[in-house]
Amino acid sequence: MTRPFSIFKTFSVDLDWNTVYEANRGLLAVMRKEMADHLSQKRFFILALLTTVACLASLYVAASTIRSTVGENQIDFVFLHLFTTSGDTLPFSFISFLAFLGPLVGITMGFDAISGERDRGTLSRVLSQPIYRDALINGKFAAGVAVLALVILGLVALVGGLGLILIGIPPTLEEVLRILAYVFLSVVYIAFWLALSILFSVLFRQTSTSALAGVAAWLFLAIFAGLLAGMVAEGIYPVTEASSTQQVIAQARLQQALSRISPTTLYDEAITTLLDPSVRTLGPVLLEQAIGAIKGPLTLGQSLLLIWPHLVGLVAATLICFAVAYTVFMRQEIRA
Amino acid sequence: MTMTGNVLVETIDLTKKYGEITAVDHLNLRIGEGKIYGLLGPNGAGKTTTILMLLGLTEPTSGQALVAGCDATRNPLKVKSMVGYLPDNVGFYQEMTGVENLMYTASLNGIPAEESRRRIYRALERVGLAEVGHRKVGEYSRGMRQRLGIADLLVKDPKLIILDEPTLGIDPEGVRELLKMIKGLSVEDGRTVLISSHMLHQIQQICDEVGIFVKGKLIASGTIEQLGHQLSPGSDLQLEVRAEPADEGLTRLFQGLEGVESVQQHGDAYLLNCREDIRPALVEKLVAERYTLLQLQKRSVSLDAIYLRYFEKEGYYDQAI
Repeated sequence: MTRPFSIFKTFSVDLDWNTVYEANRGLLAVMRKEMADHLSQKRFFILALLTTVACLASLYVAASTIRSTVGENQIDFVFLHLFTTSGDTLPFSFISFLAFLGPLVGITMGFDAISGERDRGTLSRVLSQPIYRDALINGKFAAGVAVLALVILGLVALVGGLGLILIGIPPTLEEVLRILAYVFLSVVYIAFWLALSILFSVLFRQTSTSALAGVAAWLFLAIFAGLLAGMVAEGIYPVTEASSTQQVIAQARLQQALSRISPTTLYDEAITTLLDPSVRTLGPVLLEQAIGAIKGPLTLGQSLLLIWPHLVGLVAATLICFAVAYTVFMRQEIRA
Repeated sequence: MTMTGNVLVETIDLTKKYGEITAVDHLNLRIGEGKIYGLLGPNGAGKTTTILMLLGLTEPTSGQALVAGCDATRNPLKVKSMVGYLPDNVGFYQEMTGVENLMYTASLNGIPAEESRRRIYRALERVGLAEVGHRKVGEYSRGMRQRLGIADLLVKDPKLIILDEPTLGIDPEGVRELLKMIKGLSVEDGRTVLISSHMLHQIQQICDEVGIFVKGKLIASGTIEQLGHQLSPGSDLQLEVRAEPADEGLTRLFQGLEGVESVQQHGDAYLLNCREDIRPALVEKLVAERYTLLQLQKRSVSLDAIYLRYFEKEGYYDQAI
């Protein structure tokens, strides 16, 4: 079935949907199979269960904290506090749990993407079917992202829904939009880890090496990168009692800039800004600069503007990882 | 080499280099439609590389690989839709059942669900796995996995079937069954089959034609009989003789016979390279000279010579039997 349609008078496109479908048949088949695989795998089930339990626990703590404090002082954006509040019994909020466990989910989903196929001897058999070679890696990545989006959206909806029952305050439109933006950001962030672990699975022949590399990268970027940034900044701009304001600020700026190389920092800053509208700036602020500022929450547009570089950085990091994996895979020898 | 009928597979000066090493060196291969062709050579001869180039999975350094006139590098999708490939160490998804694995292959080939279900059950029936189709592949034995691999090919219904070391690691009984099945793919369905192997003794039973492939070069190609002439013209036949008493006179007797080109002694056995079958004359002479004949065996000399020359050296001769 041919459906010619013209976009401009001088430029008409013959778009044959059959051809489009045929060309992507392999991609769709791979995606379907990979999604089914992810959703039926035991290891995915275990991690999803862990994440769900952790998030529900954080919800319970958040809800009880909110209920005990909501009468004392007026809080704006109560619904968002469901996701960001931690309590005395559990020092983690929903977002910190997801930020912590999310990368692990991403790594788990991708670390054997290509090396596993090689190990099992299925790679050459699958690629000898009439599909393009990139259909395999594209399909795997797309399926992973789709499953991630499903899981995160489901988790947020679960926590939001239960939270609604627990505190009984419905979210405003802006809160809903902020939460959706948070979901999108989280999918991009975890997709970064998925792309990174797929890259390792392309680079390393051994599945265990690939898994280890993924976990090592996670530990480094999530924990040590921040410490290292502090040490380097301290070394370049040493601060003592007698140091000038410039020196102190230079050190803080450098430390922040260095730690922002890690997507973990970018993500943390971005979600804090998104879910806490009172966050007005992310860099160091002098007391003089704050004088005269009217205390009040930012609008969604302003918050987004503040984290726009973060969002672009995260998307870029994800795409770069995947692009490298893609290129290496396309040039690799198929034989085991 | 004479060829009747259409040529399905053709390579023209196909060459693949990995850095300094030439894996495949100006290979010119022609395989007729409906034939079973055995690509025989020791490990590391470049067989798998050649196969991957035929499938368009590896790009040749120079030259062309054509399947039914289609260039495998330029039009890999068309070629891959015509060719079924069973790699050595064929793998399936362990956590999926046999049927599910075949369904995946069918979906990659764009076969509609109804049609693929029909094909899968027919294929499983044919390879004798109908009973275990719904068990997880992880529970399959190696032989069963190999048969599932054949079923996988049948679902795809290709014109050309390429099997890479299909008999590796399978017991003799399994090998016999597998070879029968492979023969059936060609004789009953009229498909062309290309088998790569280093197990010459196993493969030569079912091949219409074989090519001897050593260090990236095809050193001989044709039917088994033709190969003999190509490789060592002049000596068509080798006789292995044991007789008593094995003395000097016996050697002289052999050398004196008409048609004998050379005599080699291995322990108490004599190997006679002959131009023609001289067994009647030989027996007559031995009896006349009062020797007791203990053993007389005809060997097809050329293939044995090949085995010795190229394979025993590599240490595969023992496995080959």
